Amino acid sequence: MQAKDALNYDYSVAKCFTYATILFGIIGMLIGVVIAYQMAFPELNYLAGEYGTYSRLRPLHTSGVIFGFLLSGIFASWYYIGQRVLKVSMAESKFLMVIGKLHFWIYMIVILTAVVTLFMGVSTSKEYAELEWPLDIAVVVLWVLWGFSIFGLIGIRREKTLYISMWYFIATFLGVAMLYLFNNMEVPTYFVSGVGKWYHSVSMYAGTNDAMVQWWYGHNAVAFVFTVPIIAMIYYFLPKESGQPVFSYKLSLLSFWGLMFVYLWAGGHHLLYSTVPDWVQTMGSIFSVILILPSWGSAINMLLTMKGEWGQLKANPLIKFMVLASTFYMLSTLEGPIQAIKSVNALAHFTDWIPGHVHDGTLGWVGFMLMAALFHMAPRMYKKELYSKKLMEAQFWLQTTGIVMYFTSMWIAGITQGMMWRATDQFGNLAYSFIDTVTVLIPYYSLRATGGLFYLVGFFMFSYNMYKTISAGKAISSEPQNASPMSA
Amino acid sequence: MNMETIRELQAYGYILFTIFLAVILYSYLYHLYRDEKTGTRNYEKYSDIALHDNIDDAPVEAISPLNKEKD
Ligand code: HEM
Ligand SMILES: [Fe+2]
Repeated sequence: MQAKDALNYDYSVAKCFTYATILFGIIGMLIGVVIAYQMAFPELNYLAGEYGTYSRLRPLHTSGVIFGFLLSGIFASWYYIGQRVLKVSMAESKFLMVIGKLHFWIYMIVILTAVVTLFMGVSTSKEYAELEWPLDIAVVVLWVLWGFSIFGLIGIRREKTLYISMWYFIATFLGVAMLYLFNNMEVPTYFVSGVGKWYHSVSMYAGTNDAMVQWWYGHNAVAFVFTVPIIAMIYYFLPKESGQPVFSYKLSLLSFWGLMFVYLWAGGHHLLYSTVPDWVQTMGSIFSVILILPSWGSAINMLLTMKGEWGQLKANPLIKFMVLASTFYMLSTLEGPIQAIKSVNALAHFTDWIPGHVHDGTLGWVGFMLMAALFHMAPRMYKKELYSKKLMEAQFWLQTTGIVMYFTSMWIAGITQGMMWRATDQFGNLAYSFIDTVTVLIPYYSLRATGGLFYLVGFFMFSYNMYKTISAGKAISSEPQNASPMSA
Repeated sequence: MNMETIRELQAYGYILFTIFLAVILYSYLYHLYRDEKTGTRNYEKYSDIALHDNIDDAPVEAISPLNKEKD
């Protein structure tokens, strides 16, 4: 391995996943905006027969953004970061190249099939786990391929120590593998009892047990898909883009183990005041409050990495995206523990405050970090300058406004809704009927949908900027060390 | 066993478990700092893995003496 003068990192798989991220981002967020407007204007439910109804589109939105947009963004970053922090090129192993490409194509087939089947209404009706058993098996295959890719690359690495991002990628791989298998244990009814279509199944668990497994999964999907791999990204991209070493590498290790340990016990906060045992609820609540510590540990570590370098925030929009991502991470991990306190949850549960919480995490933290990652990778993968800094700035402000509109409207809507549901008159009769609450909430639904629309338009600006970078960006002669080059 | 005893045992279990976890947490911290003090490891230099990540940069810690390059 001495003669590596001509050796370069091979980004072909990372590029494929980059395109997928943009494609599924557009699909997933577009559907999101549609269903948001449907809540404000119910007539919009009837535009496309059964295929256009809220109930059909909602799982398409969630699956589209989580398993389409977010996962392909994670994979794109993995195929980029992995090689670089291990200092080994995929081109050095034919095997890993084949695995990488296979991983991509099977992934595309699975996700596109998922889109089609969900449109058809084929669903297990388990939130975030709607795919039926044949697709579940395909997902396992693609996950195993990703595992080959991770551990294969680790096997031929030159850098002995695994950089902190690697720890987080490995945790994502192992965490999701475990969650996915347990939650998707299902009985194919046709083969067992001749009932239903061949692809139909029911959960292996019933009643309260099903609820517990479901939220152990749902909650930890937030952990291992919305949080852990995004931390992997920010620990690489923020230091690299800014040229600053991580503020405290030791803190990154401590937060890692803290996060791993605490997250797994907090899922009970999704089932407060339900039929699950009281101790499960209390434990979920307590661990949720503790969870703020490892979460803020990573977020503060990132903000302190910028210590003395805040000028970069003005000069470089990518730093802006990442610092805001980290800030939104702090916001949602402060909000989450608050919502997990039993008395607060009694008010918040089932209300619009929950999607409010979800979206300052997903739009602010996850979305901003993913777009910053793709922006950072583009000049290095395509050897081009980023197309337009101005467009990036405009996108940043439009999307930030969108997020703020989203969560503020949902805070007000949610708390109003919760208060109205529980309000009673002096005799203890409920003061409002359900439709009273709906009437009050409608203006906030319009606000939210418009905030979402802003974010979507921003995503189109991002996609256009990426497209122009790839097709018409100014060529650069050597790879930039830190700040990504961009034309005004 | 009556309810009272169960509650009491629970409380002891809870305290002991909390102490146990706190001890693990602080030992890990202690381990990190001690390794740095004694020179076994310098954790902070691992940040350079991200900063110097060109394919021809010397690894921060090469995997085996065979591949070790001079910097
Ligand atoms: C310390 C960290 C966090 C805690 C303790 C926490 C806590 C909670 C709580 C209590 C709920 C509401 C359950 C209910 O009443 O229905 C919830 C819902 C949710 N949170 Fe978080 N959260 C945290 C961070 C995050 C982050 C960073 C994200 C996303 C990036 C996120 C995404 C979600 C999602 C998607 C749901 C909705 C689940 C559903 O009902 O479909 N959370 N969280
Ligand atoms: Fe949760």
